[in-house]
Amino acid sequence: MRRLVVPAAVLVVLAFVPKLSVDIPYAFKSALNTPGTLQLLALCLVFGAVAMTYDLLFGYTGLLSFGHALYFAVGVYIVDIAITRWHWSFAAALAFTALVGLVLPAILGAVSLRVGGIAFAMVTLAFAQAGSVLVFKNPYNWTGGEEGLGADYTKLPQGLVGIFNTKHLYWVALVFAAAVFCVVEWAVHSSPGRVWQAIRENELRVQVLGLRPYGYKLMVFVLASFLATAGGVVYLLLLGGATPEVTSPNFTLTLLVMVVIGGTGTRWGAFLGGALYTWADQRLGDASASHAVSSLPSVVRTPLQQPLFVLGVLFILVVFFVPGGLARIGRVRRPRTLQRLQEAMQR
Amino acid sequence: MSTFVLLTITGLGLGAMYFLIASGLSLIYGLMGVLNFAHGAFLTVGAYGAWFTESKLGGLSVLPRFLIAALAGLVVGAVFAGLVELVLIRPLYRRHIEQVLVTVGLGLAVSALVVAIWGNDARPFASPGWLGDTTTVLGARVPNDRWVEILTAIAVLVALNAFLRRTRYGLIIRAGVENRAMVTALGIDVRRAFTLVFAIGGVAAAVAGVLSGVYFGTVDPARGTSLLIFAFIVVVIGGLGSLRGTAAAAVVVGLLQQYANYYASSGLGDLSVVLLLGLVLLVRPGGLSGSFA
Amino acid sequence: MSLLSVRDLHVHLGESHVLQGIEFDVAEGGVTALLGRNGVGKTTTLRALMGLVDRRGRVELEGADITQAPTHRIVRRGVGYVPEDRDVFAGLTVEENLRLAERDDDPQYDLVHDLFPELKERAKQRAGTLSGGQQQMVAIARALLNRNRVLLVDEPTKGLAPLLVTEVARVLERVSELTTVLLVEQNLGVVERVARDAVVLDTGRVVHVGPARELLADKPMVHRMLGVG
Repeated sequence: MRRLVVPAAVLVVLAFVPKLSVDIPYAFKSALNTPGTLQLLALCLVFGAVAMTYDLLFGYTGLLSFGHALYFAVGVYIVDIAITRWHWSFAAALAFTALVGLVLPAILGAVSLRVGGIAFAMVTLAFAQAGSVLVFKNPYNWTGGEEGLGADYTKLPQGLVGIFNTKHLYWVALVFAAAVFCVVEWAVHSSPGRVWQAIRENELRVQVLGLRPYGYKLMVFVLASFLATAGGVVYLLLLGGATPEVTSPNFTLTLLVMVVIGGTGTRWGAFLGGALYTWADQRLGDASASHAVSSLPSVVRTPLQQPLFVLGVLFILVVFFVPGGLARIGRVRRPRTLQRLQEAMQR
Repeated sequence: MSTFVLLTITGLGLGAMYFLIASGLSLIYGLMGVLNFAHGAFLTVGAYGAWFTESKLGGLSVLPRFLIAALAGLVVGAVFAGLVELVLIRPLYRRHIEQVLVTVGLGLAVSALVVAIWGNDARPFASPGWLGDTTTVLGARVPNDRWVEILTAIAVLVALNAFLRRTRYGLIIRAGVENRAMVTALGIDVRRAFTLVFAIGGVAAAVAGVLSGVYFGTVDPARGTSLLIFAFIVVVIGGLGSLRGTAAAAVVVGLLQQYANYYASSGLGDLSVVLLLGLVLLVRPGGLSGSFA
Repeated sequence: MSLLSVRDLHVHLGESHVLQGIEFDVAEGGVTALLGRNGVGKTTTLRALMGLVDRRGRVELEGADITQAPTHRIVRRGVGYVPEDRDVFAGLTVEENLRLAERDDDPQYDLVHDLFPELKERAKQRAGTLSGGQQQMVAIARALLNRNRVLLVDEPTKGLAPLLVTEVARVLERVSELTTVLLVEQNLGVVERVARDAVVLDTGRVVHVGPARELLADKPMVHRMLGVG
């Protein structure tokens, strides 16, 4: 129970944010309770949560997946398509997406997990790429291809539509993040959770103990993917539409970046990484248009105006100097995930 | 029939480009255990290096301009790749996962940098006119760039083979792919071979970059990443450290993509390649050459 | 001053503390045998001396500290290595395996061809297609090409037929006349034939040091420490 005190306190503080008419210069463009800032905070919460789902796979179980974004994209696109193209109700769309969010990772996971290490990473990458291709191909004009698909807002719950309801969306995102946090915490400390960490440490030993790693890996794969799908749904609500950017290989890799920067396999690491990355991405974009940056000489200015450049460089620096991620600053030792993953991948 | 011939030769042309990228990836992973996510960046750097050089060579006629630009692209690719290894990879010696992560960051950063300097849009890439003409073979009108791609890939394959079989560094690399530790146990500093392998990968990727500029008629910041994924698939199917396996897999993937896109439905080509990967891994989890177990 | 001196050598592999403060010396010339039951850390000791595993302690070769030196530097100081599983490069020919191992300007091909005439015949054969015994010859030949100060040899007779075991013992005898050898070996007959000194390990520590003949003559001690007899 004690270990819930800090998270509960954080949750309460965050819940009150839409009531706070507070300005934090440099961190945010406008006061905390304005729609712009709330939107950004909600995005940070969503990606913090999705990063946690990825950490379940990578940080705790040692499964290096390059295709996690696929399941996030499922959440974004399936709901959108269902209400906008098939004209279903929001509830029906949700139910169907939940079903896909369980069945798809079960099938793809069953196939991908037959191999391990690099091959597993490549298969997940390939499946995600297939998803991306499918979205761009725009079958029956469902996905909107390159341009994306704006959601039919008449089908969305009215309390969540429109700029004045941003604070409701913020609370939805907060509830989602809290739920994911609780699920991940519970799962990691449960007995399958211990098996996942044991698999990360030494899969062979797990087998010797008479357990079948495959079943456990599939379990965490489906769980993590399902939670990511849920995150996709919240994301859709926040943006009001789907864009193919969420299916790109870059997006998949940014999840990895988030988790590593934050710190794999730690309580707060992934969430911090996801939230910080999202915030930095947005603010760097804002800053690049700002006066301070535009007045820099163009050699310095042009790269700085690309958030991905700054983030890529930052990521390299973190890997070099803080491989444990921000959550482990102070402890210098290499996190176990990286150590075990390397041992698993060695010939 | 003529369509089939056209598809086949186009498939081989694509396969040639996949091979060029995949060969470097395969050697790097085989020797160093590093999944180089920055390899697409090598392609991009080579392509843009060539394009940039060409735009600055006003006075000459098309062919020498193209050749000099291509050469410049190769040099840029090699130097960039070598520097990446020296500055970013070597200091992380034996920390393989960190090395992979660093290449991920580098790939993102370089793509963004190229977009920052030259924008998101594809830029036209000038090549000699006869490359755009067609030659008629068995009733099919085949664009001439396909021949260049195929011949270049074959030339690179032959050159790489000769390098691996006849030079001391080639020997070191072949042995190192099998057992890196034992090579050091013979008193050889493998780290120099690492830099060399990265540079070779950089050259091959740059060649692919220039050729893709010819094939698509443009240079594009996103192309490195999209071709990289196919190259990864080729490496997994064909096997690491095996040039022959990579070449065979590249041909299969290129052809499959073309045939499926035409005979099944457009866009299905990419999906069928993914299916092929899934199939290969289900049947032979170690990849075709068995080296991924 | 001994040729090779090992002090307080510790090695951790995974969670297990495999070497727990190994200490011994290897005197110049002749064969020093490293003995012990399976799993006590003999191979790990050789690998630690070669720099192939992370280690702590102090290792000196002819007075020079090589404890944390990278493997290739250790080898270049004149250390030859014949690993437990031979580790010849299967995809390379016999000739290429040897050529790769060349370090000196004047590699001792005469010696190698004299000791292993078969290797000259099979020069162009892929090492992966050789028999176990032939691969062992390649592994030893590799280490002999260069003028090494010491050879670290790990169970050269493992898995070989009795005739080949004798062959290897004969080769070891000749080699010991040319250079110092630290030999890990389970076959006590071979040890008896070639070894001058013996160092016995038990669960990561040195438990006995002394002349080989004396140790092997003491049957109860042999039984207790090496589990045979």
